[in-house]
Amino acid sequence: MLHTFVAYVEDLPGVLTRVASLFRRLNINISSLTVGRSEREGLSRLTLVCEASEVAGHRIRASLFKLENIVDVDDIAKAPNVTRELALIKVAATPRNRAQIFDLVEVFRARIVDLTSESLMIEMTGVESKIEGLIEVLREDDGRILEICRSGKMTMRRGHHTSSVLKAMGKAPDESSLQEDVTEDAAEANADVEPA
Amino acid sequence: MGRNANAKSAESHLTTPTRLTGAEIVWATLVGEGVTTVFGYPGGAILPVYDALRKFPIHHVLVRHEQGAAHMADGYSRASGKVGVAMATSGPGATNLVTGIATAMLDSIPMVCITGNVSSKVLGTDAFQEVDITGITLPVTKHNFLVNKTEDIAHAIRYAFQIAVSGRPGPVLVDITKDAQQGTAIFDFEAAKPRAYRPHPMLHVDESGLKHAAELIKNAKRPVILAGHGISESGAMEQVRTLAERAQIPVALTLLGLGSFPASHALNMGMMGMHGESWVNTAIQEADLLIACGMRFDDRVTGTPSTYALKAKKIHIEVDPAEVNKNVKVDVGLIGDLREVLEELLPRIAGRDGSAWLKTIESSKGAVSVHDIKNLPDSGHLYAAHVMHDLWRITGGDAIVATDVGQHQMWEAQYFHHETPRSLVTSGGLGTMGFALPAAIGAKMACPDKEVWVIAGDGGFQMTAAELSTIVQEKLKINIAIINNGYLGMVRQWQEFFYESNYESTPLVSPDFVKLADAHGIAGRAVTTRAEVAEAVNEARKAPGAFLLNFMVEKEDSVYPMIPAGNALHEMIRRPGKNPLVESADDE
Ligand SMILES: Cc1ncc(C[n+]2csc(CCOP(=O)(O)OP(=O)(O)O)c2C)c(N)n1
Repeated sequence: MLHTFVAYVEDLPGVLTRVASLFRRLNINISSLTVGRSEREGLSRLTLVCEASEVAGHRIRASLFKLENIVDVDDIAKAPNVTRELALIKVAATPRNRAQIFDLVEVFRARIVDLTSESLMIEMTGVESKIEGLIEVLREDDGRILEICRSGKMTMRRGHHTSSVLKAMGKAPDESSLQEDVTEDAAEANADVEPA
Repeated sequence: MGRNANAKSAESHLTTPTRLTGAEIVWATLVGEGVTTVFGYPGGAILPVYDALRKFPIHHVLVRHEQGAAHMADGYSRASGKVGVAMATSGPGATNLVTGIATAMLDSIPMVCITGNVSSKVLGTDAFQEVDITGITLPVTKHNFLVNKTEDIAHAIRYAFQIAVSGRPGPVLVDITKDAQQGTAIFDFEAAKPRAYRPHPMLHVDESGLKHAAELIKNAKRPVILAGHGISESGAMEQVRTLAERAQIPVALTLLGLGSFPASHALNMGMMGMHGESWVNTAIQEADLLIACGMRFDDRVTGTPSTYALKAKKIHIEVDPAEVNKNVKVDVGLIGDLREVLEELLPRIAGRDGSAWLKTIESSKGAVSVHDIKNLPDSGHLYAAHVMHDLWRITGGDAIVATDVGQHQMWEAQYFHHETPRSLVTSGGLGTMGFALPAAIGAKMACPDKEVWVIAGDGGFQMTAAELSTIVQEKLKINIAIINNGYLGMVRQWQEFFYESNYESTPLVSPDFVKLADAHGIAGRAVTTRAEVAEAVNEARKAPGAFLLNFMVEKEDSVYPMIPAGNALHEMIRRPGKNPLVESADDE
């Protein structure tokens, strides 16, 4: 099954190596990894997606938590969440066929962020499948895509839930734990709310 | 001169913030953490630290190889429960520590290693004797630090001590650049105290788990306690004993669990696993409930996991959440410090009659002891089992025994009966040959009033034999028993059983160990017959200094019983009904 680990890690040298090293040792491929600043000074927030059995997932979570520089870990693939990915796609385009791409971009609710006489750059934010969809359509016209840059997944639980560390620090309302709010309905609630 | 005066100034550093060099901060922090002994080897990148040593009341043991330093720190910790400290220079000094660090990691031994590194200006440039030791030790340390600022040293070392002992213990490495050692900073021991240890969200003994566990124990007909290393690490000897006695549950021990439940206790069945006695493994396979205490279902104790204790429900009490459901799926996982969990569990456990199950186990012992080599008449041949048996008899079991790795390690586990925790110092998880001699040095430094024995094979002993010099330099009374069978015995046994007795690269030419000891100024003698063993052991014990006994034992003896790899726990190779070696001896 697919696991989505969300971890708060200290901003220190070597932390990412420690995380990556854990997966290397288990011989598990990381399918997506994004890291960036979090709401807390000195802590980065990491979203890591990988394929592993349910039991392995529990062990990975526990092993991640054992890493000294990890402040909190959660596995939220099953929880209601919002997942986004950012893609920058550079496409060969001349003034003649530009309009056609503009239409496509409109349909996918993406944006043109750069334009030259021979190419243009599309920025798209969305769930993985939507980005795949745009890429597929663009590919229909052979050789049109010049370069693709994708961010990997960023995921956040829906609702008022927040990390247990913040909870422990008394900065957030209490909420029931992960396991309890995974119901069939909740899983379906993943149906995404589009970004404005 | 001056150790006392030094002690005084070191004390005052701890109470009054003072400007010190980084090198001085290293020692001042160690003093503050209660360290009195450090095992190490100097070199350029750690020289400032060594230069500052004379100002501090810490005894430095000069080893002969940094691997020795790590094993000594490890043995020191295993024997005393305190944190062992090893020190080395950059590059080759640091890499020589790695085997010792990995050994401590796999057995969860609290240890702090301090290494010097090149100046921060040249870090990462392949400078002379530079290696990325924090990178190299990443997978074999609980955590490690690279410190390149003088003002960060005290905090890093204090933090390292805290990490080493908290939760599941383990080794921590602090790598300090040379410029950080040379710079100065205000040393404020109190202020360098690490932040409160973060709470583990998965570490909670939940009420329903305790209830469920108590229920399972109450209803079990054939329960077995599996006793592991976590018992001595958490100091839960009393609690485990109370549980066993109150509910009349027999106890099986892992190799590292030996000693944490008294060998002479009526409920102690003995060691389980690959070389455990047949009735112990059979009891586990027949059990309807296993209560695993501070053990991790290592493959050496389970045999093939898919065939392991299929009839049993399992309760696992463990401090490390990553261990629960790792190798064996359990019904109740109680995550937390073993002693604390048991203290919560015990009030829920009522007296229980276990006599029927205990009787069944007793009857399954059968005639095993009849085939036991120690009970057979003297055939004129010397067996390792005789040596272990006599060592145990004569010392009354009251000694710290450091073993190496191989057949002799298993014979020790079978025939030397440990009554108290921390009396067996052995490399379980990594199985590191060369461990015994340096680990015994560490143990003796930690417990100078204890009788300390090294038991090593002729192979492993040669891996770290250079540490004989350390014994002499430190004037330690350590007795050494080499079980000399002329082979890398355990590997030879595997070749005999599973590779058609193709003894490839296992016959071993060794130096005359008695002469080798003599060259170091250590007395010794060779022993070739069973009749001589007791007398030789007594001679070694009485000798004022270190003493080496070279036991020339039966060359092709094997450790029984044995579970071949891939078999279930009860599918063991039993002791041969007629020992072929004894038989042929009778024919002569
Ligand atoms: C450093 C290291 N290298 C190799 C091994 C593999 N090994 C395990 S037992 C053994 C043989 C040990 O022989 P010896 O020290 O003579 O002891 P014996 O088994 O004869 O008692 C070997 C080579 C090991 N455990 N450790």
